[in-house]
Amino acid sequence: MVNFEYFEATSLEGLPQLLGADRNENVVMAGGTDLLDLLKERLIRPRRVVNIKKIKELHGIKNGRGLDIGALTVLADIAKNEKIRKTYTVLAQATGAVANAQLRNMGTLGGNLCQRPRCWYFRGKEYVCLKKDGSKCFAAEGINKYHAIFGGGPCFIVHPSDSAPALRALGASLEIYGPNGRRVMPIEEFFQLPEDNLLFENRLAANEIITRIRVPEPAPGTRSIYLKFREKQSMDFAISSVAAVLQVQGDRVRKADIVLGGVAPIPWRARAAEAELLGKALTEAVIEKAAAAAVADADPLDHNKYKVLLTRNLVKDALLRLRSA
Amino acid sequence: MAGWKSLKDMTVLSKPLPRLDGPDKVAGQAKYTHDMHPKGLLYAGLLVSPHPAARVVKIDASKVRRLPGVKAVLTDVHPTGTVRYAGEEIAAVAATSPEVLEDALELFEVEYETLPFVADIDSAMQENAPRVFANRPNIRDPRVRGEGDVDAGFARADAVVEGEYRTQVQTHSTLETHGSMVYWEGDELVIYDSTQAVHGVREGVAKFLDMPVNKVRVVCKHMGAGFGSKLQPGRYTAIAARLAKETGAPVKLMLTRKQDFLGGGNRPNSISHVKLAATKDGKLTAFYAKTYGTAGIGTNAGIRLPFIYTIPNWKHEHYDVFTNAGPARAFRAPGCPQASFVMEQLMDELAEKLNMDPLEFRLKNDSNATRQKEWRLGAKKFGWQRRHKKPGADTGRYKRGMGLAASIWWPGGRGTKATMTIYPDGTLDVKCGTQDIGTGTRTYMAMVAAEELDIPMKRIRPMLGDSNFPKSGASGGSTTTPSVGPAIKNTSERAKTKLMDLAAQFLGVPATDLAWDSGTVYMKTNPVKKLTWDELCQLLGTETLEVHGQWVEGLSSRGVAGCQFAEVTVDTWTGQIQVNKIVAVADCGLILNRLTTESQVNGAILQGISYALLEERHMDPETGTMVNANYGDYKILGAKETPAIEVIFYDEPERGVIGIGEPPTIPTNAAIANAVYNATGVRMYELPMTPDRVLTALEAHQFAGKED
Repeated sequence: MVNFEYFEATSLEGLPQLLGADRNENVVMAGGTDLLDLLKERLIRPRRVVNIKKIKELHGIKNGRGLDIGALTVLADIAKNEKIRKTYTVLAQATGAVANAQLRNMGTLGGNLCQRPRCWYFRGKEYVCLKKDGSKCFAAEGINKYHAIFGGGPCFIVHPSDSAPALRALGASLEIYGPNGRRVMPIEEFFQLPEDNLLFENRLAANEIITRIRVPEPAPGTRSIYLKFREKQSMDFAISSVAAVLQVQGDRVRKADIVLGGVAPIPWRARAAEAELLGKALTEAVIEKAAAAAVADADPLDHNKYKVLLTRNLVKDALLRLRSA
Repeated sequence: MAGWKSLKDMTVLSKPLPRLDGPDKVAGQAKYTHDMHPKGLLYAGLLVSPHPAARVVKIDASKVRRLPGVKAVLTDVHPTGTVRYAGEEIAAVAATSPEVLEDALELFEVEYETLPFVADIDSAMQENAPRVFANRPNIRDPRVRGEGDVDAGFARADAVVEGEYRTQVQTHSTLETHGSMVYWEGDELVIYDSTQAVHGVREGVAKFLDMPVNKVRVVCKHMGAGFGSKLQPGRYTAIAARLAKETGAPVKLMLTRKQDFLGGGNRPNSISHVKLAATKDGKLTAFYAKTYGTAGIGTNAGIRLPFIYTIPNWKHEHYDVFTNAGPARAFRAPGCPQASFVMEQLMDELAEKLNMDPLEFRLKNDSNATRQKEWRLGAKKFGWQRRHKKPGADTGRYKRGMGLAASIWWPGGRGTKATMTIYPDGTLDVKCGTQDIGTGTRTYMAMVAAEELDIPMKRIRPMLGDSNFPKSGASGGSTTTPSVGPAIKNTSERAKTKLMDLAAQFLGVPATDLAWDSGTVYMKTNPVKKLTWDELCQLLGTETLEVHGQWVEGLSSRGVAGCQFAEVTVDTWTGQIQVNKIVAVADCGLILNRLTTESQVNGAILQGISYALLEERHMDPETGTMVNANYGDYKILGAKETPAIEVIFYDEPERGVIGIGEPPTIPTNAAIANAVYNATGVRMYELPMTPDRVLTALEAHQFAGKED
C-alpha cells in the first residue's frame, strides 16, 4: 500500500469536513476488510484513512418498533441476534452468510453495503476498466462467468453484498450523516446502476457516511428467507442469491418483496416475480410462474447463461421454503 | 544387510506417530524461508512483464535508483529481452523495507514493443495463429506410442465408445511462494530456499553463477509446499545472489502471490479425442487417443494414456502446444490425473454399453494383482453393491451416485547418503541432505534410527534440509521415503556394528559373542555381562562416533497400485456437487509412519477434489493475462468441500518402503466424475466440474430444476 495519514474520528461532528469532497483523497475505514484489500492492491491511494470505529453512536442494535442498527454493528452480532433471527430472518441469514467467521466478526453492516465489486477486471490493477475511468469493460467480451445477467452495461459488475438484498427486501432506510447533518434515504434509492454512475455503486457522497440502518417492523403474517449460492461453499461471494419477504394472510400473498443478489450491479428487485405472487395462494404452479418471471428479462453474457437457470431455481427454492415455513 | 523387521516386532516404525515438528509449526516457531529476517536484511522484488508477448525496448530505472531506501537495481535479469508470458521477470530491486520495495517497483519506466500472442490452447491451435516462438510452430511434432494393430482391434470389437475430454490448467498454489533469502560469507554463498531439492539448487545456482559447488550452501528446514513446482533452482535465487553481492547485505526475494500464480508452475491442460473398444465378454481390444496439452512456453504437457488397463492394441498421439503462458512444472503425479479423468470415464461408458458393472469390467482388464485385491477390498468397505444400477435413479432434486477409479505410480528409492553422529552422553544426530516438504521426513528419520537401535526417539535429533549434509535427491516422484528410509536404516545398522565392536573390545570378547536387545549389548552365553546404551556411549570418552551409510537395494521397491471410491450428491437445481465420502485403498509397501502416511493420502484426495470441482486458471483472451491470480478468485477447496475420507492401507511390508505422495491424487477426480454420472445420467466431459458446467449439462439433459 501507499503511505497515508491515519486519523481516528471520535464523533460525527467535523467528520464531513474531514472527509471533504474528493473520495480519492480521504477514505472511511469501518471494519476495514475490503478497504485493506483495496489499499494493498493499490487500487486506491488515499492521502488519509479515517477510522470511524471510535464513534460510539454508530454501534449497536436498538430494538423498538422496527429495527435500528448502528452502521458499525458487526455482521456476526446481527446474525446471532435473537430478535432479528425471529422477526427479520432474511437479514440474520444474509449477514450469517457473508464470507467466514473471521470476516463476519470484523465486517460491519454499513461496510457490507458500501463494499466495492469483486469483478476480477476491476480488482486487477492492470485492467484500466470503466470503473477506473478507463475506456472499456473487459468483462463484456472477456471471462464473464460471474458477471451480471440483469442491469449490466456498459459495465457488468455484480453487487457483492449479502445484506443489501435482504435490507432492500425488508424496505430498510439508511440514515446518512453529511455536511448538512442527518438525512434519511430509502435503501430503494441508495444503489445506482453503471448507466447512472460508472465509478460508484451508490449515492453516498464523498463527505457522507451511513450512520444507522432502519428496518420497519414487518406486518403480521410476514415470513422471510435468504438463500445464497456459492461456487465454493466454504467461503465465497454469491453467484446468485435471493432475499424473499412475503406477507401472507389466510392463504393469499398480500405483499411480496423479492430481491436478487450477485446477478446485477445493484441488489435487483424481481418485480415480475413479485407481481406473479400478489393476491395468490402459494401453490407450486404459482411458485413456478413467479420463479420463471424473476428471470424472464435476464440478459446474460457469453459465460453466465447458467446464472439465469440457477437464479430461477433459487427463487423457486426460496418460495417453496417460505410456503412450508 | 538385514531387511526390515517384521511388522509385529516393530515398536516404533509403522506406528501412527505425530510429526516431531508439529508443535513448532503450530506455535509459529518453525522458520520458513519466508520467515527469515536476519539483521540488515534487504527486501528484493521482481518487476514482471504485464504483456504476454513483447520485446523490452528500454528499461529506465533512474527514478527507481533515486528513491531513498533503494539499495540495488538490476535491469538485465531477462536473458533475451523478449518476454513470452505475462509475469516474466525483467528487472529486480533490493530495498530497505517491503514498502519501499513496492514503491520502487512502480517507478520503473519500461518501453515495450508488444507482440501478437495466444493466451489459450484453442487459439494457439488455430491456423495462422501468432507463434509463441518465431521459428517453431505452436503445435509441436507428435509423440506417438502404442502397440499391436489398432485397426484390427477396433474391427473385432463388439462395442466402441468415443468422446472428447478436457481438463484445465491447475496451478500449484503453494502456501509459501517461491523464493530465497541469501547472503554472502566472503566468497561463499548461503541460500535459504523454499525448495524440494537442496542439493539440486546448490548445483544449479553454482553453475548459473559460475561458482564452485563447495562455495554454495542451500538450507531449507521447513517449506510451505511444493507439489513439484520447487524441484529446480529459480532464476530468483540467482537474482537475489547478485543483489546480495552488490549490496553486501542479506537479501530476501520471495515471489508475490500473483507472480507465483503466473510463473511458479502449473499442471498442463489436456484435450483428448479418444476411442475405446471391447468385446461383448468385456475384454478391451483397442484404444486410440489424439491428445493436446499446453505447458505454456514449456513442454511436457503429456497425458499418461492408456492409463492402467491392459489393451492389446493401442495408439496414442500427443501434441504439445505452445501458448503465451507461464511454463508448466511437474505437478503431483504429472500427466496422471488427466489420464484418469479420460480413461476411467471411458471405461464406465463402455461398461454401460456392455451392460456390465464398472467394477466387474475393470477386474477383467486390470492385470495388476495387488489392485485386483484392492478393488474388491475397497468395494466391500465402500458398499459398492448399494450403487444405483440405473444412472439418475434418485427422484427429486438431490441425486446420489457412486463411482470408482484406479491409481498407479512407478518410481522407488535411489541413492541417498546419511551420517550418524553418536555422542558420549547417549544422544545422536542423524543427518541427511534431503528435505521435508511436509510429508514427515524428519519424523520417520528419527523413527527408523530409534527402531534399529532400540533407543528412545527423544535421544535422536534428525537433521535435514542442508546441502552440507550427505547427498540425497530431490523430493519428487514420491522417491523421498524409499530413498531416505533405507539410508537411515543402513546407517543405523553400521552404527550398531561399530558400537558392538567397541563393546567387544571393552568386554574382551569377540563381537560375534555379543547380541543387541533393547539398546543393550550383552554376552549371548552370559547375559548378565552387558552394557546399556548409556554405558556403551560413555565408552566413547570425549570422542564422538561418526558413521556413514547409504541407500541399499532390498529395503525399498517401486510401483504401487490403488483405487478410490466416491459417493456424491448432485443438487440438480444448482449444479453443485457435494462429495459425501471417499474410500481410498492405498498400498505403499512398508509404512514407516501410519499417521503421516494417512495424512499424505488425505491431502492427495483433497487436492484431487479441489482439481475436480474448483481449481482453474482463467486466461483473459483479450489481454493474455490470468484474471484469477489470487487465492480469492482461484478457488481451492475448504472445510465444506471436505468429505468423510476412509483410508485403507493394503499392507505389503515385505516389499519394503515405497512412496505414496502422488498416487492417491490421481483417481479422485475420475471417481467423482463417474459418481456424478451415476447420480444424474449426465456425463461431465470437462474439468473442473463447476456448477456452471454441471447445470448447463443437466439443462441439456432437460431435468435441471425439475423433479421427475
